[in-house]
Amino acid sequence: MTAYRRLDVTEVGGVTVVRFRDRKIVEDINIQQLGQELFQLVEADNCNRLLLNFSSVEFLSSAALGKLITLDKKMKAHGGALKLSNIRPEIYEVFAITKLNRLFDIQDDEADALAAF
Amino acid sequence: MSTSDANWTWQCDEIIPNDPVIGRRLLDDLLRRLESQHWARRDVFAVHLAVDEALINAIHHGNALDHSKHVRFCCRISPEKVRIEITDEGPGFNPDSVPDPTDPSHLGCPGGRGVMLMRAFMSHVEFPKPGNCVVLERTRRG
Repeated sequence: MTAYRRLDVTEVGGVTVVRFRDRKIVEDINIQQLGQELFQLVEADNCNRLLLNFSSVEFLSSAALGKLITLDKKMKAHGGALKLSNIRPEIYEVFAITKLNRLFDIQDDEADALAAF
Repeated sequence: MSTSDANWTWQCDEIIPNDPVIGRRLLDDLLRRLESQHWARRDVFAVHLAVDEALINAIHHGNALDHSKHVRFCCRISPEKVRIEITDEGPGFNPDSVPDPTDPSHLGCPGGRGVMLMRAFMSHVEFPKPGNCVVLERTRRG
């Protein structure tokens, strides 16, 4: 069983559900570690259905967005599916302004996201 | 934008080492002051996002992660607005030369969104020449 420092990882009906331990995803070192752990889920643990639940996240920087974009590329390269859910309105506005809401499949809540796989 | 057109109730002017941890301490202090004056969550989020992006731009790009360099962080708060000025020791840049990150050919790039987010979340943004300084203002909405 892989241990994660920045993530809480569970399995729900064949979908790997990830929650973030940091309320604010800003520090460079934490973002690097977060990226490594997310990439490991795809590249080492072979998760091909991944849901990122942002319910605990109050803030994230554009550097964190960069990690999500790289994760999306890796997921697509592995033929997997990535979905995001439970994004609070202020953070959703960041996705909308940058048009990343077109790149990612963003669902309102975890139930909707699980049903969409 | 004149700095004398508002009733500033708090201000700081600090020169800090080129270290994001120290920069974020100043940012956290600013955010606490806004929260203590009951600025809306949306306003505080906007200031957090824009100033964090500006600090990282100054430290990573302007000062090229050079620990011998410094960043100047000036901030003023009035009941109606907050004004932040961040200056690095780099040669400056032309903000209009940054590619549009929403262009389909750039949408998948992991970086390049900081300037767009500053402009989207603040009421007024300017980069006085030579471009090694950014002035950010947010008028209180909540």
